Amino acid sequence: MEHIITPKVEFVKLLNRYHEKKSALGTLYLTATHLIYVEQINDTRSETWVLHHHITSIEKLPLTASGCPLLIRCKTFQVLHLLFQREKDCQDVYLSLLRLSQPVKEEELYAFLYNPHQNEEERRQGWEFIDVANDFSRMGLSNEYWEISHLNKNYEICSTYPSVLGLPKNASVAIVTGSAKFRSRGRLPALSYYHKDTKAAICRCSQPLSGLTSRCVEDEQMLQAISQANPNCPFIYVVDTRPKLNAMANRAAGKGYENEDNYSNIRFQFQGIENIHVMRNSLQKLLEVCSMKSPSMSDYLTGLENSGWLRHIKSVMDAGMFLAKAVYEERASVLVHCSDGWDRTAQVCSLACILLDPYYRTIKGLMVLIEKEWISFGHKFSHRCGHLDTDPKEVSPVFTQFLECVWQLSEQFPSVFEFNERYLIEIHNQVYACQYGNFIGNCQKERLEMRLHEKTFSLWPHLLKNQDLYRNPLYRRSLECTFLRPSTLPLHFKFWCGMYNHYDRGMHPKQSVLDKLLSFTQKKVEGEQTMTELQRQLAVADGVLPDPSGPINTPAEQDSPIENTPTATVVQSNGSCAPLINGDAEEAGPGVEKCNEKEGAEPAAPEHDLTSSKDKPVSVETEHSKEEVQESS
Amino acid sequence: MELSEHIKTANVEDVTLKRPFHPALRGTLCVTSHHLLFSDRKDEASWQLLILLRNIDAIEKRAVGSSGTITIKCKDLLVLQLEIPGMEECLNIASSIEALSSLESVTEMYPFFYRPSHLTLQGPWGLSSMEQYYKQTERLWDRWRVSTVNSDYSVCPSYPSAVIVPREVADDMLIRSARFRQGGRFPVLSYCHHRNGMVIMRSSQPLTGANKKRCKEDELLLQAVIDGSELGYVIDLRSAQQAQQARMTGGGFESKSCYSHWKRIHRHHERGKVVQESLIKLVEACSDPSHSVDRWLSKLENSKWLSHVHSALSTAGLVVECVERDGHSVLVHGSEGTDNTLLVSSLAQLILDPASRTVTGFLCLLEREWIQAGHPFQQRCAHSAYSHARLKQECPSFLLLLDCVWQVWRQFPLALEFSEALLLRLAQEAYASNYGTFLCNSEQERCAAGVKENTHCLLQSLLKPDIEEQYLNPLYEPTDLAIWPSVHPQSLQLWTGLFLRWTEYAQNMVEAREEVWSIVKEHRERAGPDQTNNTLSTHCETLTPFENLMDELTIL
Repeated sequence: MEHIITPKVEFVKLLNRYHEKKSALGTLYLTATHLIYVEQINDTRSETWVLHHHITSIEKLPLTASGCPLLIRCKTFQVLHLLFQREKDCQDVYLSLLRLSQPVKEEELYAFLYNPHQNEEERRQGWEFIDVANDFSRMGLSNEYWEISHLNKNYEICSTYPSVLGLPKNASVAIVTGSAKFRSRGRLPALSYYHKDTKAAICRCSQPLSGLTSRCVEDEQMLQAISQANPNCPFIYVVDTRPKLNAMANRAAGKGYENEDNYSNIRFQFQGIENIHVMRNSLQKLLEVCSMKSPSMSDYLTGLENSGWLRHIKSVMDAGMFLAKAVYEERASVLVHCSDGWDRTAQVCSLACILLDPYYRTIKGLMVLIEKEWISFGHKFSHRCGHLDTDPKEVSPVFTQFLECVWQLSEQFPSVFEFNERYLIEIHNQVYACQYGNFIGNCQKERLEMRLHEKTFSLWPHLLKNQDLYRNPLYRRSLECTFLRPSTLPLHFKFWCGMYNHYDRGMHPKQSVLDKLLSFTQKKVEGEQTMTELQRQLAVADGVLPDPSGPINTPAEQDSPIENTPTATVVQSNGSCAPLINGDAEEAGPGVEKCNEKEGAEPAAPEHDLTSSKDKPVSVETEHSKEEVQESS
Repeated sequence: MELSEHIKTANVEDVTLKRPFHPALRGTLCVTSHHLLFSDRKDEASWQLLILLRNIDAIEKRAVGSSGTITIKCKDLLVLQLEIPGMEECLNIASSIEALSSLESVTEMYPFFYRPSHLTLQGPWGLSSMEQYYKQTERLWDRWRVSTVNSDYSVCPSYPSAVIVPREVADDMLIRSARFRQGGRFPVLSYCHHRNGMVIMRSSQPLTGANKKRCKEDELLLQAVIDGSELGYVIDLRSAQQAQQARMTGGGFESKSCYSHWKRIHRHHERGKVVQESLIKLVEACSDPSHSVDRWLSKLENSKWLSHVHSALSTAGLVVECVERDGHSVLVHGSEGTDNTLLVSSLAQLILDPASRTVTGFLCLLEREWIQAGHPFQQRCAHSAYSHARLKQECPSFLLLLDCVWQVWRQFPLALEFSEALLLRLAQEAYASNYGTFLCNSEQERCAAGVKENTHCLLQSLLKPDIEEQYLNPLYEPTDLAIWPSVHPQSLQLWTGLFLRWTEYAQNMVEAREEVWSIVKEHRERAGPDQTNNTLSTHCETLTPFENLMDELTIL
């Protein structure tokens, strides 16, 4: 609270990036958690909520004749261009936001304040909802070849690994610990995915400390054990996802890659995915392209090419494809690493899982996959997302790239994913929002020490509760046994406008096939529910079933009352063309800028509400979509 | 010379056919006057591929030992390979294809021989004449009339016999105006907006020349168009500099001093050869097997195809802005007024006019604005993207229109009654067809060749007896509003349906489309017949079975 110098500034202009004329005049509020911009045009009040954690940079631009401009960029790729009348207000807001957007301690993160009205039992259930161990059993572990090991239960072998690991049965404790010592940060080869049909496995680790000449018998035995765990193939692939040059440079520092001469029956392969710094710079360039004012087609395409972004997306996809093909077509096990094995390795393993196993293409399956390959295997979410004010060189859009790869796949295969684009974007927003505890911290050990399960809530139940929003109506379960074989020709890699220009509604299609089909399929579900209810009543009337007051067979879970607020339905009818009368070629009318999904909607907060929420932010019933543009009529 | 004289080898056995994403097949190859027929050798359930020779854009021959390979590149972008045993047979087949795929005489072309049992040659040809259009459009009756000054095509050889002009302008004025316009294409009505009566006119450039010639009648004609209102806009589809330069070769533009109530806006559009080369480059880029994203993006940029799409939609948006928002009439022209002019005027109508977004309305729009308006289809579509022949007058203006329509459809997926499949079918038919619709360059030529008497009309057959389900948009919801597409580069995409038509990707899209249909049908059944009548077009009630798009198009 002490960081908010001015909680309210009036007569602030919100500049429209593409249309000076369409700029809005309104009031800016700062709360403990959000920046809120309220615009009042006649009877229509529209609100823009931006979570402080989503703000990535605040820039004071040179003074102009019309006022003091402030440029706010968000991790969700939203850009706010504000214009203040008085320099002092601008400076105050600038200083406040600078502090608010860069929390120093974990405890300052939103998740430690946020309470979605759950009791302790619900909180516990929420955290237990996704259990990686269950996924091991789903794959068929333990079995003849693989076992679930608790060797790392105190994080002594590897501090950034999960406590539960899948390891080859014939790898002794000595081999496991010996191999861990030979791997960067102790990240030993462990099971990522076991493919039941081919008995081939995908394992992941970090680079070996091979330097120029070192070798380690246990590590060699470990790879041997992985190879022996697959009776269908005499060799394993060892995939180094880095460009060869990077890997060779690491040898000089005592790290490096596997020497084929020292390991029996490995086939070694580089994949050429660039490092986090290259990716960060590439995204920067991409975002510059996204915010060009009125680029020609050539400017845009040249900018897109020069950013290199799609080239990097393709390199991740190519590597994922290589893994999946090795497993599916050659029945070969694969060991994957990069440098530390928590960025590129996570991308590639999770992508291969999606290509191989239809389960990960479902709404719940993707949660499991993220929990397994990213959260528990120690992708450094806190560092990569810059949750806290730390080294900016650690920040990199590694997870964003993974989500984009999934999106690229969904564009090639419109009916194989249970979820739609909004699900991916929502997950992306939540990763950066720190509203739930899932993506706080860099590894399991750290999360345990922060006692996140006691102090914060899990995102997954919240997403599941809203899964109707995220469904893909074209999803065909019958296709689910197929191995996904995407084309990796360059022309299949498209710019993801829905993500990087998400807030530029004017660029998006003005009518949504998704909404239309969802409304159809939703009616079907409702119809079926009514039918079940009628049949039940009939059965009760006939005396087949006991008294209706009993808790039997209530029709499928109903949405909580919070979500049934009338505003939600108003916004759903978004596909209308109403704004098009006064739309123009550059930008759609105001109505189109409404947010697509909104739940947990509360009545537009009057001023006194906001000030009171300043004092007790926890009481504000904010759900995740607060940070999106809201509009109430 | 009889067509059959071009055929030295009519039949070859043991030919291997390779198609993208299909296993190779062995069978018999036949060449007829108009077709290439391949049938596999199985006795029962034999599979046949019938290709119209007109559809073949280019062939490449290669000798491998004693046998030869012919690569066939079709105008619809399909690429096939035939392995023919026997060098002589291979060369014979190749020379037959070369000769028969590029026939010059219209009456030798296949539409003059196509006689399917379900169609008859009796009855009217085409969907609607200009007179009928006038009769159906009540808002025109007050201020506009149908003129038959061109009934013998002497005033303007590329115009239809009847055109719509301001009521108060007499035929002799039209004749004078025609003499002042390139190719005689004097200003005629293209569209009258249902909301405010403002019109879109189109013409060719005025022949002011270096001496700034004037034509009183032409000025009066345009004056009559705006009928006392303050202002009209001339949208000149050339840059100001190009328009200036045109004066040196006898062309020109409407100067402010002579047309005081008309404001001129210049928008540069590429034309002719440049656009054709864009298509060639784009198709080449799409079949580039290299795996570099940078190379692809640079080729895509370099082809400039999307830039043309961008310009066409932007200018159409500008026309719509003038007509709908500012309430002014517009005259559109470039040089000849047969390509970009039609592109812009028809796109503007699609954006403005809900009637042109139904299947029938859209086909009528194409008939009026492209076929009757004298887009020289035969010259423009003589070759597509693969031909090595020296370019003459080829230009994919019509393909560009279809691409722009697809972009509009992508941004307003509920607003058009027709589907992408219809656009693909039209793209194919414009280049090679069983029907006479896209033959010749003008109505005059079609009359002279007897097209109307001796061929069937594609547009009619698309609608009869019922439009096929695959050409309908299951999600269609009519709207009266203008559908204004975004022209941000991020909003425009490569038309994968066309350019990646013969890839596996297209198959995935077909499946997705089927799924949309099944959801919609299920919904309709639940909603009951009442609701169906309200929300859906009448076409949908008698649905013919869904047929696979690709099979429909390749296999007879």
